[in-house]
Amino acid sequence: MLSSATALWYASRATGVVALILLSIVVVLGILVNRRALAPGRAGLTIAGLHRFLSLLAVTFVAAHVLTAVLDSYVSISPAAAVIPLASSYEPFWLGLGAVSLDLMAAVIVTSLLRRFLGRRTWRAVHWLAYISWPVAVAHSVGSSRDLQGGWLLGLAAGCCLAVATAAALRARAARAALPRSGRVPEALRRQRELTAAGRR
Amino acid sequence: MSRPMELRVDPVACSGHGLCAQLLPELIVLDEWGYPVLASRPVPGSLLGEARRAVSFCPALALRLQRVPGDLQR
Amino acid sequence: MTGPAAPPLTGRITGPDSMTPRQAAAQPRDPVTATLHPATLPVRVMPAAGGRLLLPVPAAALRDHLARFGPPPFRGAPGRLTGEIGEAGLTGRGGAAFPVHRKLAAVARAGRRPRAIAAGASRAPVVVANAAEGEPGSRKDLALLAHAPHLVLDGLQLAGEAVGATTAILYLAREPATGEWLRAQLAERAFAGLDPLQVSLASAPARFLASQESALASRLSAGPALPRYAARGIYERGVDERPTLVLNAETLAHVALIARFGPSWFRTAGTAAEPGTMLCTVLHGRTAVVTEAALGTPLRDLVNMREAQAVLAGGYHGGWIPARAAAGLRLSNASLRPAGASAGAGVLAALPEDRCGVAETARVTRYLAAESAGQCGPCLNGLPRIAGALATLAAPRAADHVLADVIRWAGLVEGRGACHHPDGTARFVRSALRAFAAEFRLHQHGRCSAPSREPFLPVPPPAAAPATEQDWI
Repeated sequence: MLSSATALWYASRATGVVALILLSIVVVLGILVNRRALAPGRAGLTIAGLHRFLSLLAVTFVAAHVLTAVLDSYVSISPAAAVIPLASSYEPFWLGLGAVSLDLMAAVIVTSLLRRFLGRRTWRAVHWLAYISWPVAVAHSVGSSRDLQGGWLLGLAAGCCLAVATAAALRARAARAALPRSGRVPEALRRQRELTAAGRR
Repeated sequence: MSRPMELRVDPVACSGHGLCAQLLPELIVLDEWGYPVLASRPVPGSLLGEARRAVSFCPALALRLQRVPGDLQR
Repeated sequence: MTGPAAPPLTGRITGPDSMTPRQAAAQPRDPVTATLHPATLPVRVMPAAGGRLLLPVPAAALRDHLARFGPPPFRGAPGRLTGEIGEAGLTGRGGAAFPVHRKLAAVARAGRRPRAIAAGASRAPVVVANAAEGEPGSRKDLALLAHAPHLVLDGLQLAGEAVGATTAILYLAREPATGEWLRAQLAERAFAGLDPLQVSLASAPARFLASQESALASRLSAGPALPRYAARGIYERGVDERPTLVLNAETLAHVALIARFGPSWFRTAGTAAEPGTMLCTVLHGRTAVVTEAALGTPLRDLVNMREAQAVLAGGYHGGWIPARAAAGLRLSNASLRPAGASAGAGVLAALPEDRCGVAETARVTRYLAAESAGQCGPCLNGLPRIAGALATLAAPRAADHVLADVIRWAGLVEGRGACHHPDGTARFVRSALRAFAAEFRLHQHGRCSAPSREPFLPVPPPAAAPATEQDWI
């Protein structure tokens, strides 16, 4: 029979895994939101909507993960350790990574909720922190407990990493291939000349 | 808010994602190149909520909802 | 002690985007890419009777200027001159014809805001004399700076005082000889203690949009000369986020005269709604003549329309008017705007009978499309398509739906950019469709009635079109 203490500890690990999966999906969706070529038509709205909804769902699971970890008595983790890196006595480094990831995530979420009042540039700058928050969360997940270091959970973590890496690579390639602003008009005119020469509009 | 509000788009920021037109087809349509054409009239009160949602969803933060202006407009 | 002589007005720029006359002559005879480079156009200044800025005996040197006009009559405090400018009814001479006193009031007000005052020098107003003259056919600002620079520089100081500016800038196209000469004139003024504000010279790239206000503010904030879309105008947040007053060089010259002779004097020329005089550049195909005329002057007194088929009024953002109709019109927005044109920055041209209006329009539209900043979807998509369609027709090549497409695209680009470039281009194209309707119909059937393929309007060659980020700096 599991004591309530270990139940909370298991709950923390379970919510952590779910949070990691959700966050990975959120990052992939976030990468795809801006790529008009990768998500044409109505897909854009679906992706944007899912990105928002799942990020808030992920926040819920992260909150549950932190709360159960703090509340359980199996391992002593103070509330401060959730947000201050290296403040924990249990696995200070790996938990510290979790704290770092949480802090960055909080910044991303709060600025997104208040996007209306911040300038475009400020919001974008903070939002890019997600690219740091997520890999740090992965490192935290893999290092904090032995769950993800073997078996199907390791495969799951690898799958998340592959998904994000693929999406990021696609976006990077599209960004590299994109014309600089100064090249857009010459390109448009060149294309028009080709069409004219070919006898079409 | 009883002051009339209107939709404005920052044409430099706008990259033609088209989410706004999907969310607010009563006031926004897309031209043949995918860029939004906004209705010139103010946003009716019944659509203000939808308008705020469209503003919130624009990936480029290009859509704005602002009070109908009166002063030095160029 | 007059210092170096004013450089001769041979044209514009000796930078990398100019061509020698031989290169210009070697251009292909395709009517759309055939060019008449602005740099190859000799300029004449023709003072007329009743002129105020261009006088038969120019006072270009400081000594002559002071002997004729005396020192600039400062009012002693910001805001005092603004009311007089309002009474005079002076509107901007850069093309938009915006009431000058409203700009002065707006910038002065922005500079007096508590936050601006608290921020001190970093939020004090800036005053800019705009002599960039991005319009290829216009020469009036360059002529004014060579003919009567001290009127412009007086106006700059007086406008600066009126808004409480702490920085003054003279913004003009890269022209080494002119720049050097102006620096010498500024040094003389400084030596004579005439200028409370030290004036710095800033160079504009050779772009059509370089003289646009927000592009100017961007350029002077150490960025590219690209128009910006902002909730607040540059009168509130312009150069380096400071309230910025931008006035055309000619406008400042009028300010300098109003400050001396008063609003009533200013109103003795021109019309009640559009008082004063304005400088015009009249394009004669082989020369450009800069002259001055009172607003309301009949166009036929300025442009020889006898062997012309149409008149272009207002430059490349203005409009074509059939010659017969133009003969009854006057140099004023009240007369020209209803006809689909405008007074603009005073560029006037009469297209000879033997040229092709379709080809000329296609050439200019190709240039206007190439000069788009490429920042806004409608402009970036619409202007090249319009230019391509007109080029097809100009060949001449039979094409069925092209005109309908052009009209639709012109409607789609209007009012949907960060600046008025698409609007002006649409206006120019629409006016051509009206003025050259018969010729367009001929071209749609693959024929052209013009005996000559000689280019008429000055348009830089395609090779001079911007292609890199550097071209906008």
